[in-house]
Amino acid sequence: MNASLTVFVKEVRENLRERRTVLNAVFTGPLIGPLMFMVLVNVTVSRQLDEAEAPLALPVIGASRAPNLIEALRQQGFEPQPPVADPIAVVRNQDAVAVLRIPDSFGDAWRTGDPAPVELYYDSSRRDTDQPVTRLKAMIESYSHRTGAMRLVARGLSPTVSNPVLVAERDQSTPRSRAGKLFSILPYFFVLTVFMGGMYLAVDLTAGERERQSMEPLFINPVAPWRILLGKIGAICVFSLSSLLICAIAFPVAARFIPTEKLGIALDLGPAFVLEVLVLMLPLVLLVAGLQTLVASFSKSYREAQTYLSILMLVPVLLSVLLTVLPVKTAEWMYAVPLLGQQLGITELLVGGSVTARQLGTCMLSGFIVAALMLAITARVYDSERLAISA
Amino acid sequence: MIEVENLRKAFGDIQAVDGVSFTARDGEITGLLGPNGAGKTTTLRMLYTLMRPDAGQVLVDGISTASDRLAVRRRLGVLPDGRGLYKHLTARQNIDYFARLHGLSAGDAQRRREALIEMLEMADFADRRAEGFSQGQRVKTAIARALVHDPKNVILDEPTNGLDVMATRRMRRFMLDLRAEGRCVLFSSHVMQEVAQLCDRIVVIARGRVVADESPDALRRETGESNLEEAFVKIIGSEEGLAA
Repeated sequence: MNASLTVFVKEVRENLRERRTVLNAVFTGPLIGPLMFMVLVNVTVSRQLDEAEAPLALPVIGASRAPNLIEALRQQGFEPQPPVADPIAVVRNQDAVAVLRIPDSFGDAWRTGDPAPVELYYDSSRRDTDQPVTRLKAMIESYSHRTGAMRLVARGLSPTVSNPVLVAERDQSTPRSRAGKLFSILPYFFVLTVFMGGMYLAVDLTAGERERQSMEPLFINPVAPWRILLGKIGAICVFSLSSLLICAIAFPVAARFIPTEKLGIALDLGPAFVLEVLVLMLPLVLLVAGLQTLVASFSKSYREAQTYLSILMLVPVLLSVLLTVLPVKTAEWMYAVPLLGQQLGITELLVGGSVTARQLGTCMLSGFIVAALMLAITARVYDSERLAISA
Repeated sequence: MIEVENLRKAFGDIQAVDGVSFTARDGEITGLLGPNGAGKTTTLRMLYTLMRPDAGQVLVDGISTASDRLAVRRRLGVLPDGRGLYKHLTARQNIDYFARLHGLSAGDAQRRREALIEMLEMADFADRRAEGFSQGQRVKTAIARALVHDPKNVILDEPTNGLDVMATRRMRRFMLDLRAEGRCVLFSSHVMQEVAQLCDRIVVIARGRVVADESPDALRRETGESNLEEAFVKIIGSEEGLAA
């Protein structure tokens, strides 16, 4: 039997008996993403929906100075709460999200037709402030606008005088493209799964084997080091591929538990999507296995290798964050950059666009070329005399 | 037969092996004796092609390690310094893995494996997973997998290290068996008694150099000590005199 195949079979068989490795490859690695995704989206969505529908209850100081305003707010779903003595302290202590204060001067200003002041106390650095404050402001502005229009009519002017420009919104987003924006994190989960699925194995098969002192006897066999490497890479790929497969199937299942209609979005994660994701990710599986093995073979111990590989996992995170923050216009060449190509491709599939055969080809070809280079470098390291010797 | 000529190896500024030459013949046990850190393991690692010498050459059955590493490896059975087993595999599976890497046919592998299991008295633990093996069981398994391809030359790096008295005695008997089969046995040790008992030829190494290369009797004669232990101490201690 071919030596690489021998190594491959032995590594797969032995590691199937390693509970942590198997759990990581079939459970933690691939399922954390979909689960987190499902829970996060559900929690966020239901909170936002709740907040938007629930009556807005905030303390009001001096409500009696502007009974009409308060009544108008009440009609829009505002529930004025009893006044507080010190609005600044209340907001600081987070006893209320915001406090509305109607100053003494409100009545006089209203009667003379000057802008009547109301004060809104809040802390914009707090997470839950945004929505109630925006809602309350919109309510007040709507009342202000209505009153203004009525004043204009009373003076015999058309209310449109105060609206010289009218914005008509023509939103070109579709339910699917909105889904793409919301789920821009999704490609990252696929990449992460590939990193996680093979990580323990990559560490174990090089740094671990050396630490357990079985590398030296292994390398004394009449087998070229690159053949041993090939077998080990194959074993790593089998584990990370299984992770990827499970992850790719779990996402569509998780997506069923997301209230897509309430969000006004559409998700189509059918078999075609799963298949295309798998194909796009294929070169990355090999590339990551090579990279992880390379890093592990430079590490002096199991622990050191694990630390380095955890740091390595931040690279796709960084890329994901950058892609989310920077508005990048997709260019054809980007498909030739491993990792970037996968991110773009999966995002494109998600928003209902299609990845052309050329884009797919570019992504696969360049991915496999880089992976082959990575394997060649790793093979060189495997050939060095220091690799097999522990301590 | 293993021939070593003027082998040198440095790690940074440290000259670990500094011109070592000796010959280990077929049907003989050659002992590489020296204090810890004398350069024994490094010398052996160059013999079994895991390290490349800075200078000098090694011939195994006439084949140079520099010209054909894989051919040399096929002729060597090695118990290296690192002797870790795969803990999730049984002793038999550990042996089979190496048999397959040597390209043995299933039939040959099985025949040879069972012969070694009998020879090394491994039957009672051969189907247990290596996890939790005693030191003696580990060494036996490591030797069995190293010899599964029936090599003519056997290199054992400190084979009795960490073994109890019984296991040590069995190991010595096993080495004598290997000699009786006509193999070239080369082993390293820092235990003087062991070397004196077993060896046809003793190569004493200190500070990376060969300071004596004799039969045990000749060594005793030359140093004027009836006790080989005393002879050994004398050789290491009076290195200048010997070199002159």
